[in-house]
Amino acid sequence: MLTGLYAILFYVATAVLVGGLAYRIRLYWNTPAPLKIPTTPAPTTEAGVALRLAREVVLFESLFKSNKWIWLFGWIFHAALLLVVLRHVRYFINPVPDIIVFVQEFGIYAGFAMIAGLAGLWARRFLVPRVRYISAPSDHLMLALLMAIGLSGLTMKFVAHTDIVAVKAFFIGLMTFSWQPLPADPVLLVHLTLVALLMIIFPFSKLLHGVGLFFSPTRNQADNPREKRHLAPWAAKLEAGEGPK
Amino acid sequence: MADMSDYIMDESEIPDPLERPEIMPGSMEGLKPFIAKPDHQSALGFPGELVDNWQEKAIGKMGELLGKYRSLQVYLDSCVKCGACTDKCHYFLGTGDPKNMPVARQDLLRSVYRRYFTFSGKYFPKLVGARDMTKEVLDEWYSYFHQCSQCRRCSVYCPYGIDTAEVSMAAREIMDSVGVGQKYCNEIIGKVYKIGNNLGLPKKAIQSTLEGLEEELEEETGLKIRMPIDEPGCEVLLITPSADLFAEPHIQGLMGYAKVFHEAGISWTLSSYASEAANFGMFIGSYENMREVSLRIRKAAEELGVKRIIFGECGHAWRVAYSFLNTLAGPFDFLDPRYPSPQHICEFTYDLMQEGKLKFDKSKNDQYRLTFHDSCNVARASRMGDKPGGQFELPRAILRATCNHFFDMAEDTIKEATFCCGGGGGLLTDDLMDIRIKGAQPRMRALQQVREEHGVTHMAAICAICKAQFTKVMPHYGFDMDSILSVHQMVANAIVMTGSIQAKELEENANAAAAEGQAA
Ligand code: SF4
Ligand code: SF4
Ligand code: SF4
Repeated sequence: MLTGLYAILFYVATAVLVGGLAYRIRLYWNTPAPLKIPTTPAPTTEAGVALRLAREVVLFESLFKSNKWIWLFGWIFHAALLLVVLRHVRYFINPVPDIIVFVQEFGIYAGFAMIAGLAGLWARRFLVPRVRYISAPSDHLMLALLMAIGLSGLTMKFVAHTDIVAVKAFFIGLMTFSWQPLPADPVLLVHLTLVALLMIIFPFSKLLHGVGLFFSPTRNQADNPREKRHLAPWAAKLEAGEGPK
Repeated sequence: MADMSDYIMDESEIPDPLERPEIMPGSMEGLKPFIAKPDHQSALGFPGELVDNWQEKAIGKMGELLGKYRSLQVYLDSCVKCGACTDKCHYFLGTGDPKNMPVARQDLLRSVYRRYFTFSGKYFPKLVGARDMTKEVLDEWYSYFHQCSQCRRCSVYCPYGIDTAEVSMAAREIMDSVGVGQKYCNEIIGKVYKIGNNLGLPKKAIQSTLEGLEEELEEETGLKIRMPIDEPGCEVLLITPSADLFAEPHIQGLMGYAKVFHEAGISWTLSSYASEAANFGMFIGSYENMREVSLRIRKAAEELGVKRIIFGECGHAWRVAYSFLNTLAGPFDFLDPRYPSPQHICEFTYDLMQEGKLKFDKSKNDQYRLTFHDSCNVARASRMGDKPGGQFELPRAILRATCNHFFDMAEDTIKEATFCCGGGGGLLTDDLMDIRIKGAQPRMRALQQVREEHGVTHMAAICAICKAQFTKVMPHYGFDMDSILSVHQMVANAIVMTGSIQAKELEENANAAAAEGQAA
C-alpha cells in the first residue's frame, strides 16, 4: 500500500518534472529573440558566449559583481546541492561509480553547507527591507521546502537512521518496474514526499531560472549585429509584407 | 559607521553615489507623464483613447508579445527574487520608492502575467503574488514604467541577465495598444513621420542654421567648411540627433563633426527626410515604429547614393543603429563594404587619429578639467571599434588626445556600471522633472567626488538626451548648466586644420619660441 503510493507519487513527479521542463524548454526554444540585446561585457563570438554562460553557471559571475552576500549564500547553497545530489546518485545505480563513492564524504558536509546557505538567503528575506519588500509567500515557502528536505535528510544520517539498502532497492525497483517495499520510516517518508513535491513544483515556479539562464538573450547572444544580420521569422514576414511607407 | 565618517571631513560631504536609501513606499506614486492625445496615438497606429474592452485587449497583447519576445517570456519566468538588482537602479537610489527597484518594477507586470498565463497564478494567486488586470494596476504601470529609462544597469547585475528595459518596453507597448500612450514619445515619433525629425525642424530652418554655422566656422578658421543637406553623391550620410542642430552643447559637437570631415577630405551630407538619429520607437517598445523610423535612414542613404552612414553623438540612437539597424532596415550591402555600417562618429574620428590625419592643440582645452559620462545605451547595449569595450576606450582616447586634464569618475559608476543621466528612455520631458532630478543623483554624486578630488570642472558626453538632461539638472547639484560638453566639441576646440588660422598661429608661435630660444 505505502510502497504503491510512493511508487505512483514518484512516477507522477518524474513525469511532471520531465514533461513540464520539456514543455518550457520547447516554448523558450520556439520563441524568437527578434533583436540583438546582449549586455556588456558581451563576447563577440559563439565560443565567447559559451564561456560567458559557463562562468555564470559555475561562478555566478554577475551575482558576484552585484552583491557579495547573496553570492556567498547562493553559491554555497548551489554547490552544496550539487554535491548532495551527486551523493544521492548511489541510490539509483549499481554498481556505484568511483566518483560517486568519492563524493560521499563531501556530500555529508555539503548537507550542512546547504542548510547554512539557505538560512543565509532566508535571513535576508527578513532582515533586508528591500528583499522583504519583494518576497511573496511562495518565496518563503520555497526556502522552507528546501530547508525541510535538507533537515529531514540530515536527520536520517545523524539521528534516526533508515534502511538505505531497502531505499535503494525501492528506487532501483521503480526504474526497472519491479517494485520493492519502501521502509515505513516517518522521516524518510517526509523526506521523499517533499522531494516529490519539489519535483512537481519545479516546472511551474521560479526554479525555472536554471533553464532560463541559457535562454536569456542578454547573456546568450554574441555581440556581432553589424557583421551578421539577425532576423526573427515574424519580423521576416513583416518585412515581406510591406515596404517603407 | 556614520560617526566614523563625521571625522573624515571631505568624504562625509559627498555621499557615496551607490548609497542605498531607506525604502519609502509610495513616494513616487503620483508621478505620471502627460497622456498622448488621440491624434498622437492614431498617427502611430494606436487607438486614440482607452478602448472599451481594454482588459481583454491588454491581456491579448501580452500573450502576443510573450510569443514574439523570448526575453519577455524567459524573464517573467526566471526571477528568483534574490534581490541583487534592488539597489542598482538610479531611480531607486534617488527616490527610495521600492517600486523603482528593478525586480519590483518587473513584478508590476509579472503579477498580471502570473494571473493569466501561469498555472500557479490562476489557481493560487495570493501565494505567488498574482493580480488581476485592473484600472489601478494600469495606472500603476503608467506611472512606474515611465520611471524607467531602459538603461539596463539592472541587467548587468542580475544573475540571469533579466533586463527590466525589455519589461518596460512590453508594458508601454501594451498600454499603447489599449489607447494609453505617453504624449512625449508618441508626439515626437509623429513628428518624425511628418517632418523628419524629433524637433519638427523643417528643411528650410535646418538649412539656415547650417548656413549660419558655416559662416561661423569660416570666421573662426578661415576655411570654407561645408555643412550640406540633401546633397546627392556624397561619400557619407550623417545621421545625427536633431538636437545637434538646435541645442547647446550639442551644436558645438556638430561643428566638430564638420571640421573632422573637412580635414579628412571626405564629402558628407545630412538628409532632411532622415534628419533624426533618435528613434523613440525603441522607448515605446514598438518594433513596427522603430522599423519605420529606421527605414527612413535606409531610404535616404539609397536616394542620396552615399557609400557610408555615420551616426552622430546620441546614446539610444547608437543602440538602435549598432544593434538593431541591420535587423530593422538591412542588409546594407549597397554601402562600401570596407567600413562597418553604420559607423559611429567616434569610430570615424578615432580611425583618422590612428592614421595620424588629425592634429590637435590640446592647450586650447586647458580651461577644462574633464571627465566623461558613459551614456548607458552606448555602454551597455552597443559597441565601437572591433574589440569588446571599444565603446569605453574610443571616446576616452579622443578626449585624452584633445584635452590635457582628463579624470575618470569612480570605477563603479562608469563603463558597464555607468549610471543613466536620469532623462533617458522617453523621460526627457518637463512633466517628469521630479524623477529626472532625483534619478540624476548617483551620477551627480560621482561627479561631485571628482570635483573634490581632481578639481574636475566639466563633463563630456556622447548622447543628445544626456546633454539636454544634464543642462537642466546640473544646477540642482551645484554645477553650472554649461558644465556638460559634447565630445566633438573638445575635438572642435583642439583641432588644428590644415591651412587654418589656428595652424598659422601655431606656426608663428613655434617660430617665435624658436627665435627666442636662439636669442637666449
Ligand atoms: S537580480 Fe534578477 S533574479 Fe534577482 S531579483 Fe533582480 S531580477 Fe530577480
Ligand atoms: S533599466 Fe535602468 S531605469 Fe529601468 S529598472 Fe533597470 S536600472 Fe532602473
Ligand atoms: S539619455 Fe543618455 S544616460 Fe540616459 S538613458 Fe540615454 S544614453 Fe543613457
